[in-house]
Parts: sequence; C-alpha cells; structure tokens
Amino acid sequence: MLKGDPLANVLYVDLTRRQYSVERREDLFRENLGGSGVTIRFLEEECPKGTEPLSPENPIIFAVGPLTALFPLASKTVAMFKSPHTGNLGESHAGGRSAIAIRLAGYGAIVIKGASHSPIYLAIHGNEVFFRDASSLWGMGSCFTVGRIIRENEPGAGVRTIMRIGKAGERRISYASVTTETYRHFGRLGLGAVFGSKNLKAVVVSGSGKVPVKDPGEYRRLYNEIYDACTLSQAMRKYHDLGTSENVLPLNALSALPTRNLLASKLEKAENISGETMTRDYLGRRLACSHCPVGCIHIAALREPYQDEPFFYKTSMISYDYEPIYALGTLLGITEPSAFLKLMNRVEAYGLDAMSTGVVMAWATEAFQGGLISEKETQGVHFDWGNYQEYIKGVEKLVSGEGEFYQALGKGVGEASRIYGGEEFALNFAGNEMAGYHTGPGAHLGLLVGARHSHLDNAGYSIDQKFTPETLPSPEKLAEMILKEEEWRQVLSSLVLCFFARGIYNPEVVQRTLSCAGFELSEGDLHQLGRTIHREKYRFKEREGFSLERLSLPQRVYQTPTPLGEIKEGYVREFLMHFSLKVKEGS
Amino acid sequence: MKKVTRLAVSDTERCVGCQLCMFACSRRVNVVGLESSCIKVRSVGGMERGFVVVVCRACPDPPCARVCPTDALKPRPGGGVILNKDLCTGCRKCREACLIGAVFWDESQSKPLICVHCGFCVNFCPHSVLEVEKEEHA
Repeated sequence: MLKGDPLANVLYVDLTRRQYSVERREDLFRENLGGSGVTIRFLEEECPKGTEPLSPENPIIFAVGPLTALFPLASKTVAMFKSPHTGNLGESHAGGRSAIAIRLAGYGAIVIKGASHSPIYLAIHGNEVFFRDASSLWGMGSCFTVGRIIRENEPGAGVRTIMRIGKAGERRISYASVTTETYRHFGRLGLGAVFGSKNLKAVVVSGSGKVPVKDPGEYRRLYNEIYDACTLSQAMRKYHDLGTSENVLPLNALSALPTRNLLASKLEKAENISGETMTRDYLGRRLACSHCPVGCIHIAALREPYQDEPFFYKTSMISYDYEPIYALGTLLGITEPSAFLKLMNRVEAYGLDAMSTGVVMAWATEAFQGGLISEKETQGVHFDWGNYQEYIKGVEKLVSGEGEFYQALGKGVGEASRIYGGEEFALNFAGNEMAGYHTGPGAHLGLLVGARHSHLDNAGYSIDQKFTPETLPSPEKLAEMILKEEEWRQVLSSLVLCFFARGIYNPEVVQRTLSCAGFELSEGDLHQLGRTIHREKYRFKEREGFSLERLSLPQRVYQTPTPLGEIKEGYVREFLMHFSLKVKEGS
Repeated sequence: MKKVTRLAVSDTERCVGCQLCMFACSRRVNVVGLESSCIKVRSVGGMERGFVVVVCRACPDPPCARVCPTDALKPRPGGGVILNKDLCTGCRKCREACLIGAVFWDESQSKPLICVHCGFCVNFCPHSVLEVEKEEHA
C-alpha cells in the first residue's frame, strides 16, 4: 500500500468509557486489502470464543478498501460482528454514502466495542468523534424520522453516512437491520440488534478528504476505461433499467419463483408485481450509491388517499428490489403492488430485514392454516396468503414483542418452528432465512454453505441457470463451482466492490486498479488471498460451533420441483461431503 | 470573438446522486477524493426527494468578486470569477457572499475553491444533469 494512505488508520471506539483512539494497522491492510479480508482478522482479535452476541463484548467492525474513492463501484462497507441471529459469524454489506464517507474521513476501519449506559449516537467528522445523546430518538416509530432529525443536527450534508436502527434494533429482534441513507441496509444477520444492545441508535460519519495514488497518468486512463465499461457497455444494463426486480418474470417462467412459502414455484399474476409493472406504474426516482454511475436503487412513489377526509393524499417513497418483492410479495402470495409497498414501508420504518421478515411471516401463515398455532398465539391476527393488512398487524406485534409467540418470531423461523413445529416447511438455512431463488440445488446449497448464508456469497442460483435437468453437474462439480465463486468474491468484498460490477472488475482489472493504490499482486496471489480469507471465516464459524456435517435443508425444498427437477437427499449429502473435503483441502 | 464555456445544471430531477462529478472535479487537479471539488451534490433533505447540485452559476455580476477586499477574485468574461491565489488572504467574505453556497473551501490552504467552468465534470455525468454552454465573447 502507498505510504501514509489513511486506509491503515483504524478508529477504535469504546462506548462504555466514551473514549476513542486511532491506530495504524498497515499489517492488516497490506496483507488483506480491506473489507471482508480485514474485518475477519479484526473479529479474530476482538471477539473471543463464545462471546454473547448481545453483550458489550461483541465488537462491531466496519471496513472499506484501497479502491474506495479511487475507482467507481468500490462503494460498499463491510460490517462484521457476531450474529445474534445465527449465534455465529455475522457479516453484512451496505452501500449508500457509507464507504466514501469512512474512507474520506480518513479511516480504513472502525471498531466499536462496549455498550453505552444510555441511548447515544456516534458522530465521526474527520478526526473528531462525538458521543451524542440519543434519548429523544429512542423508541421513535419510524427509522425515516430518525434519519431526518440526525440529518438536521449534524454537518456534512452530501459527504456523510447516517447508519441508524429502528424499533426492531432497539427491541433486539435478531434480524433487525441497520439502515443507511434511507434506502440501503446492512440487512442480514442482525447488526441492528447488536447496535440496540449497545444503546447505539446511529453512527454518522462524514469526510471529504483525499487519498494517495501511485501513477496519476495510468490512474486517469484506467478510471476512464472503467467508467466507460460501466456506462457504455451492456454489463450493468440489468441493474439500471428495471433493476433487480427484472428477475420476477424470468424466474416465474422457469418455475423458480418461491410462492406462498414455497408451496409452489410459480405465481399466477406474477406480471402484476414484476419489474416491468413496478416501473410503469410506480417508479418515482432512481438513486445511486456514492461513486457509482449505475443508479440501481429503485424508489416507488405510492399515492394513497386518506380515508377520513376527501382531497387529502399522501405520497410515500418506498424502495423495491427483487429480494423484497420475493419475501414480502410472492412468498406471502401478495400480487398487488400497492399491498407489497405498504408492507415494505412498514418493515423499513421498523428497520427489519425484509427477507427474514417475509420468510417468518410465510411460515406463520402455513403454521396458522395447518393448526400448529391458533388465534390464541397470533392474538387475533389471521395470517392469510395475500392479506397484507394482517401481515402488517403481524409485523407490528412482532416488533413490539407481544407474547411468547411473537417473541419467538423475533428470533427467526428456526426458533419459531423449533417451538411450535413445522420445521419441515420453515425455510431455514443454517439459521438464516431463505433467499428468492428456487432454481435448483445450487441456490439452496449455496445458501447453506455460504459463509454468511447469503445468496450473494456464491450465487448458486446463477450456477443453476447454466444447466438443464439433463446436464445437472455432479455434486462434486457443484461443490467445486460454488467454492470457487465464493473464494473469488472474498477478493471483491475485500476491495468492497459492488458484486453487480463483478463482470467489469475481472482479475486483470483488479490487478491494475490495485497497482494504482500501491498493491502489487499477481492473479495467483489474488486467488490465494480469496481462499485464505474464506478459510479464515470458516475457522471462525467452526470455532463457534458451525459444522458442515450437521447441515440439512428444509423438507419443503425437496417437495417442490425446481427447473432442474426434484432435489434429491442423496445429492445433497454427497455435495456436503465433497464441499467439506474441499474446504479442508484448502485450509 | 472568443468562445467562453459555462457549466450549467440542466435538470436536477435526473440526478441519481452518484457524485461522480464531485470526484471528477478533484481528479482534474490530480487530487483523488473530494478535497478539491468545486461542485457538490447533496440530497434535498432525504434522498427520497432528490438532489441539489451546488455549483457556480457564473453570475454576470458576481457578488463574491464584489466583496473581495484584495481583488483576488475578478469577474470572468462570460460570467463567474477567476481567482488569483497570491492576492487572496483567506478572509472568507466570498464564501459568505455566495447565496447558493458555490464558493467551496480548501481548508489546508485556507483559500476558496472556485469553479473554472472547464466542463470536465460533464464527461462523468452519466445522466445528463450537467452540460456545457458555449458563448461568443468579445
């Protein structure tokens, strides 16, 4: 790395003592680049074995990478922590203005430890750190309002990030998210609950400094090449036109669209809730993360009349993407866009992970209809496919934690089904809820073995779509493909590159960009680093009790045929055996 | 007759807030980051309501130049101002005089950052929010 690059500055914050310090950690950044690579090393340093996720000892680590602020699309921040949702490795990525703000405030990473005795938020403006009282923000009904108030009270408009939690995080719902810039999220695995357990309502970071570069001429040439690739080529078209909601119709045509808790994989009236319909009838604005020309963030404008007074309307701006449409739409049998948007808006206001919330509600519906739970547990809520009003009531009760049933729901579908039954149809993947792809074994096994149990770990759903039932890869081949993709993605997420840009940032481009930032790595070095980071994550997971041998898929996944045919238990067992061997080989 | 270029904001409603213009402006002077940017994009007050693009609008009779006590800022043909850093004392009066907030500040040198209307940022606006206007001037 280049001499004096602020990337190696690490801000350590102790919430208990309200103290902070900055340390140079060139050792960690030189070896591991940034993002995922450095956060797992910080986690090893800061999170002793058996740390209770909601205790003050659990660290929150944010990191950006060497390409952040230098090149477009290096715009993600990686957060790492011990997850209160799975009790194991917690890793979540978000964009917005977070990465640029942290890098240009003069840091490569921020490590937050301890817990405040009363609600606070942290304001980091360049080299100044403030512990601000947040008692008047605590308990506020909407995450949107919290963002607005902080916005009005802090400097740095345009060059800041405001990461905040809603009521779900305060109430320590194990899949509460952290929202940044209103529409981006550290969505999965419960970072919001970790914030809540520390009495930390928000973290504001602002910065507009500079970073060094090695060869300004080569840097500008390469910048222009990448900019052209992002804007002129077809590589990013999918993301800026319809956005990821473009997936709805093709997945439905394949019979791969999880519908009504995966009782089906094809949704009648899918066109109602497709990317095309959302664009035509609701798209109100598009937004981009800082330093990304794509603008994949799609915001719907929902205009609703007030019932009690004529000529009175409100217009809400609500973000949508494929995954929320799946989780809060198709999986709940909701095909009316306005119904989906109203439910989404509530989930956003509370700061819940949309995907886990949808899966939990889908399980509750099937459990309710099958008689495992009754109105006594649901407290009068009639969970019913497509009935968004009942789902909104359910979400309200879930966040308030009213009664044992809703408290169990607040710990995820695994916990709820362990207590009330229906594990066979609980879409639980090693403690995390399912993503929106029933494309074949790759999607489900990718989620199961992915270090974050995220569909973005290894994109198994994308691997599935390269095959037909006749050409289905062997379990061993699939294991190899999934592992290879996940290893490469460790490099991308250490550079905090948006995965949407993975087609542009191939190994050659990555090498050249890194060279501008003073890192000379061969393609072989990069692949080796990806493998090493992946194994470090697995080492942490195993230390905390994770075991590939004990994994299994929910029965429902086997029952509903995929475009690649029914998934067979023998195939899954063989896959896991091969995957386990391959992980050990590279350790 | 001389051709003078002027940066203009054609439609802020098309702005997605990517801030590539801000990075371009600093990169133009070989600064990587935002430290030397003379253009700023911020939300109107929450991203749901869109963005404000703050940049020198090349006033024909620029108030920033009028308040400059040392003539460090001189009106530029075609609008806007030209900064002579050697004359500038860093008094910040120009910054206060600009209603739209387009006089940015270089804290390390304690001097204003003034848009030169070169149009470099326009090349990096993917959604045609910015444009360059050309005018003939004597």
